[in-house]
This record gives sequence, C-alpha cells and structure tokens, in this order.
Amino acid sequence: MDMFDLSLIWALIIGFGIIMYVVMDGFDLGLGILYPFAPDEESRDVMMNSVAPVWDGNETWLVLGGAGLLGAFPLVYSVFLPALYIGVFLMLAGLIFRGIAFEFRFKSHRNRRWWNRAFCWGSAVAAFAQGAVVGAYIQGFNVEGFVYVGGALDWLTPFTVMTGLGLMCGYALLGATWLILKSEGHVQEWAYRITPVLLAAVLVVFAAVSLWTPFVNPDVWARWFNNIQLIWVLPALALACAIWLWSSVRRRSDGQPFVATLGIFIFTYLGLVASKWPVIVPPDHTIWDAASAPESQLFLLIGMLFVIPIVLTYTAWTYWVFRGKVKVGEGYH
Amino acid sequence: MELDPLLLSRLQFAFVVSFHAIFPVFTIGLASYIALLNGLFYKTENPAWDRLALFWTKVFAVVFGMGVVSGIVMSFQFGTNWSNFSYASANFLGPILSYEVVTAFFLEAAFLGVLLFGRGKVPQGVHLFAAIMVAIGTFISSFWILSANSWMHTPAGVELIDGRFHVTSWIAAIFNPSFWYRFVHMGMASFLTGGFVVAGVSAWFLLRGRDVDANRKALSMCLWLLLVLAPAQAVVGDFHGLNTLEYQPTKVAAMEGNWETRGNVPLLLFALPDQEAQTNRFELGIPSLASVILKHDPAGVIPGISEVAPEEQPPVAIVFWAFRIMVGIGFLMIGVAIAGVILRKRGTLYTNPLFLKSLVGMIAMPFVAVLAGWVVTEAGRAPWLVYGMMTHAEGLTPSLTGGMALFTLIGYVAVYAVVFWAGIYYLTRVVRNGMLPEDEQKEVQGEVERPKRPLSASHTPFDDAEPARS
Repeated sequence: MDMFDLSLIWALIIGFGIIMYVVMDGFDLGLGILYPFAPDEESRDVMMNSVAPVWDGNETWLVLGGAGLLGAFPLVYSVFLPALYIGVFLMLAGLIFRGIAFEFRFKSHRNRRWWNRAFCWGSAVAAFAQGAVVGAYIQGFNVEGFVYVGGALDWLTPFTVMTGLGLMCGYALLGATWLILKSEGHVQEWAYRITPVLLAAVLVVFAAVSLWTPFVNPDVWARWFNNIQLIWVLPALALACAIWLWSSVRRRSDGQPFVATLGIFIFTYLGLVASKWPVIVPPDHTIWDAASAPESQLFLLIGMLFVIPIVLTYTAWTYWVFRGKVKVGEGYH
Repeated sequence: MELDPLLLSRLQFAFVVSFHAIFPVFTIGLASYIALLNGLFYKTENPAWDRLALFWTKVFAVVFGMGVVSGIVMSFQFGTNWSNFSYASANFLGPILSYEVVTAFFLEAAFLGVLLFGRGKVPQGVHLFAAIMVAIGTFISSFWILSANSWMHTPAGVELIDGRFHVTSWIAAIFNPSFWYRFVHMGMASFLTGGFVVAGVSAWFLLRGRDVDANRKALSMCLWLLLVLAPAQAVVGDFHGLNTLEYQPTKVAAMEGNWETRGNVPLLLFALPDQEAQTNRFELGIPSLASVILKHDPAGVIPGISEVAPEEQPPVAIVFWAFRIMVGIGFLMIGVAIAGVILRKRGTLYTNPLFLKSLVGMIAMPFVAVLAGWVVTEAGRAPWLVYGMMTHAEGLTPSLTGGMALFTLIGYVAVYAVVFWAGIYYLTRVVRNGMLPEDEQKEVQGEVERPKRPLSASHTPFDDAEPARS
C-alpha cells in the first residue's frame, strides 16, 4: 500500500468535495440571503425556480464530505464537530428550514410569507455558520493529544464573526451572478445593480481577513512572508477575477460574472489551503495525523471512486437539462 | 441542579434517531410494495394497479424527503455528542456509514428520479426496473446501517489498539454475530409497517366508498401478507432473542425482569422493576414459561440481572416495559391478521365497519412497536456503547457541557416539531386527495417536471388558496 499515499488521495477528494459544495450550495444559499431585498414576489419566484431543480443535489456534497471525513480523517470529524457544536446545530437547523421552505413554498398560498422567511433566515444562518467554520479553522483549536478541550463558544470571536459575515457576502455575490445568468428583464437588471455592491463588500472582507490573520495566527503569516513566494499567484488571480467580474457587469455580460465569481472563490479557497497545508486540524495535526487506518481508507476509496463519477455525471446532466433562462411565471407550482 | 451532558446526549440521540427511524422503516416496506404494484400492472395491464402505484409513489416521495432531511442531522450527531466514540471506532464505522451514504446517493442519482418522474416518459419496463432498484437500494442502505448498529451490540473483527478499533477482518466485523437476526427482524418490521399503513389507508377509503375497486385489491393483498408476516415475525424475534441471550445475557434478563440466575423463570405479564432494591414489585406471571421459551425446558436456567454489578446494569424498567409494548403490539397484529381471514371467509372483509375502523386505528401501531423494539435493544445495551468494550461515558464528547447539550436538545425538538407538523399535515392532505381521476393524471404527466426532488412528485397543495391568488 506504500505505493499510494492514501491520505493525500483522500485530502484531494475531500478538498474537491468542499469546493464543490461551497460554490454549488453557495449560490442557492446566496439567493436565500438576497430574498428579502428582491424587488417583488415575481422575482422571488424566478430566484427560487432558478435553483429548485439543483439545490438538493448541491447539498449531497455536504453529506458526502461529512461521511467521508469520518471515514478518512476521523480526527477532523471528532475535533471540528465538538468545537463548533453550537455552530453546527445552527447550520443544520438553517439548512433544514430552508429545505422544507423550498418544498412547501410553491404548494402554499396563505402561508407563503412564512415559508419566505424560513427560506431567508435558514439560508443566512447556514451561510454565517459556514463562514465562521472557516474563521475557526484559521484560528485553530484548543486540542490536547487528539481531543478538543476548549469551551462551547471558543469559536465565536470577532474574527469568526467577520468571516461569517464575509461568507454571507460571498454567497450573496454568487447568488446575484447566478441570477444574472438565469434571469432576464427587471430581475436580471436588479441583479446587475447589486453585484458591484456585493463585490465591494467581499473585497473589504477579503482585505480585512488578510490583514487580521497574522494577529490571529502567526504561522499563516510566516507561510506568506517567509516561505514560498509562488503562492502569491493565488490572491493575484482572485483579484484579477474580481476586476473581470466588475468589467463584465459593466458590459452587461450574461455568463461571465458568474464564472468570474467562481474564480474568486476557487482561488481564495486555494489560497486558504496553501496557508495551512498540510495541517488539517490546526494548530498541529497534519492530514497524516488525522488519518484513519490505511485499510479503512482503502476500503472506502473503492466505493468513492465508483460513486463520484456517477454523481458528477448526474449533476452535469441535471444542469444541462435545466440550462437557459427562467422566465417569469414559468416553472413548477 | 447539575445538568448531566451524558444523560442529555443520550436523550438527544434517542430523540433524533427515533424521529429519523420512523421514515425509513416505512419507506423500506413501501418501496417493495410500489415495485410489486408496478410489476402487477406491467403483467396484467389492469389500471387499478397503476392507480395504486401512482398514489403510493406520491406518499413515498413525501416520506422519503422527510427521511433525507432528518438523516442529515444523524450524520453529524456522532461527531458533536459522541466524538470519543467516533474517533475510536472510525476505522470501522467511518467506511460503513459512508457506504450507506454512497448507496443512498447512487440510488437517488440513478433510479429515484426515474421512479418519481419517469412515469409515461420512459418505457414501462424501465420504470418497473427503476422501482425494483429503489426497493433494493433501501435494503442495501439498511444493510449498512444495521451492520454498524449490530457491531456495537456484538463487536467482532476488530482489535483495540491505543484506544482505537482496528479492523482485522471486514467480513467478521460486517457480518457480526447479531447482524442477520437484526437485519431480518428489521426487514420484516418494515414490511409489517408498510402493510399496516397501506391496509389502514385502504380501509379508510373503503369506509368512505372511494376508489372501491383498487382499494379492495390493496386491502386484500396486505391482509394476506400480514397473515404470513405477523406470525413469522414472532418466530424471527424469538431467534433474535436467543442470539441476544448468547451474546448479551443481561439484556435478556432485563427484558424478562429476571434479577437472579435460576431455573423455572416465569413469564412476567406485569411487574414494576425496582432497580434500587434489585427486585420486582407486584409480579404477575405464568410459571416457568420464560424458561420454556428461552431454554425449551421448564427447569432451564436463565442468567439474572444481578450477574453484573448495579452500575453495569441497563435501566431494567425501561427495557422490561418497552419489550412488553413491542410484543403486545405483535400479538395484536397477529390477531388482526387472523380476524381478516375469518371475515374473508364470511365475505364481509370489505364491508365490516368495525374491522375497517380498527385497521385505520392500527396505522400508528407498527411505528410504536418498532420504536419500542429499538428502545429494548439500545437501552438494553447500556451502559455499553460498544458492548463490553466502550461505555456511553467513555464515548461522550469530553468538551460537552450539560448546558450545550440541553441547548441543542431543545433546539432539535423545536425544529423537528415544525418539520414534523408540516410533513404530517401535508401527508394527510396527500392521502385525503387520494387517487386522481384518469383525466387529471394525464394533465399531471403533461407538465414539465423537475427531477430529483422527492416532494415535487406530489402535486397536492399545502394549504387552500386564498381567493385573491390562484
């Protein structure tokens, strides 16, 4: 088994699963955050219809990632979840409410207002909790040996509140550019108008996190300023995507804003990975410390290699079937 | 009062897992029933089968959706409240639980969409194939879950090195000694649940004279099935009990309320187990019958609860009474099935209002029996989390405080109360709407469908439209 570094393969699979989840569930969570600001109920129908066929497929990546972590990197599972106990509960509660709201809003008339609220608040809470997880990961955890020993709300600091709000802005940006891609007329025009505002907010958070991080975690600072200079390419590319996004919105391009936003997310994500690699349970534990036994990783890998292509194919097919614009008054009720 | 994170975590797990379990228990049986209905339609082309299949697929869609939503919470519970257990057992449980997820996704990606939305769009044979695959998929999912759970009762194929379980034999660990008993017992419980729900709903329609032809067919089928399954389940349960006697004697002792190791153990019909005094109060039983059942000999010696120290004993009263609820409902089911045969002979099966009403009343019973059964086996394992190897206290998340556990317990109860209310409310509307007349069916098929979203397979509105909007 020494031919393959199973932990490395698993790190790539989990890393791929996380970014798939972030960008895919990101835009439908983002639409939920933007929900109360939509110009009218008609636009809300369009917003929801634009993600209705795909949102639960998007969330399968979260479950796949959670189960995969238990199988491949149990230390991550058994430290992150206790440390983020309250946050995990809030995220799950949020995801449940918005999931139920998705299903029942269309079937509902008198109660539609309540399902709208559940959709918005559920999305916002889930997005905030996920952003706080990212912040907590940058901060590191109070671990003794292989056990989390910190308190219930250690994760909730000004820094994680900022990353939480930051990811909410980021998801809202993804949602707005997705809406540009999928809508037309006054809905699309509204999405064009809010995109630069959201981009500005994202850039502010991006800058603040970058400046703040050395005070939160000196190791990350050392990585960026003492070590490999090549990683500076990643934030540079993220910024380039931000400029591309801004100019494509000015040109009123349909598809480019969404692709550019995906670029911002992917390069920021890679930058974050580069800051920490190969530490997976900060401050000390690497992917190899966190791994399960090789025979367990191998046993599970066989199944994953079989199922991931199928899930990807099905996902691609679903997006293909529902390509094109969502029109006002269309879709399913 | 000091809040105990251990007790609160156990309550929380019992709550979320019970809430979750009622959905798959129903869908496993229902999926096979739908496959059967599709098969019958394929063979006979009798539209009654098709109408039944369409109606029950709508119900299946809603229940399956609820199961998925509540299942997401389960995949995080192990880490949030039982992190030491998760870390220690991840080498085995991680891959096993992941395979369950993988199976569920594969099933959902490939076949559920075709079953829910493919009717009239794919060839009938393909649709039937998808229905069969969904049914098989539900069994594969329960295979993995029950393997993981059985392993916690009768751990095998692992060794404990530095506080972590390492798998020495996957075959021995997956097919551990109590696995097949639990798998068969649970599979039959799912069929009984599905059978009683379908029978009860059919009886409800018959009482109102709706879709008489199709519902008579459904009721007749179900009662034949229950006539075979209900007694067979008692036999399987007995074998499961003997297996438990071999591997977890204390659990059986608690089920029987037998404190001292002795022969001629009576089968207790009533007792109030007193854990502190280590005895029963107000015993009422049939002499020697427990010995006969478990040892096939009136003098058969059955180990007592007091074989282990009080701190290693399960909560006897809970196990004792949950067992009686399960078995009591089991006998009730056998009684209903036999009453069905008698009425069938008299020719009043579809018209006897008392029988039809009692079938409606029976709808909730199999769910109660299943949950009671799980309480027996899970509470009966206490204080062990992995039997003989790791206790609940050792498996608990070390950083968890009572306040945190109480916060999320209240939170989950609140969230599930809303979800459950919405789900059950909606489900009753789907059932009340019943089977659509033929022309409406065609209209529904003509709509552009969105795949992969279980609930959207059901077109019933959630509430009545207000006059202003339509």
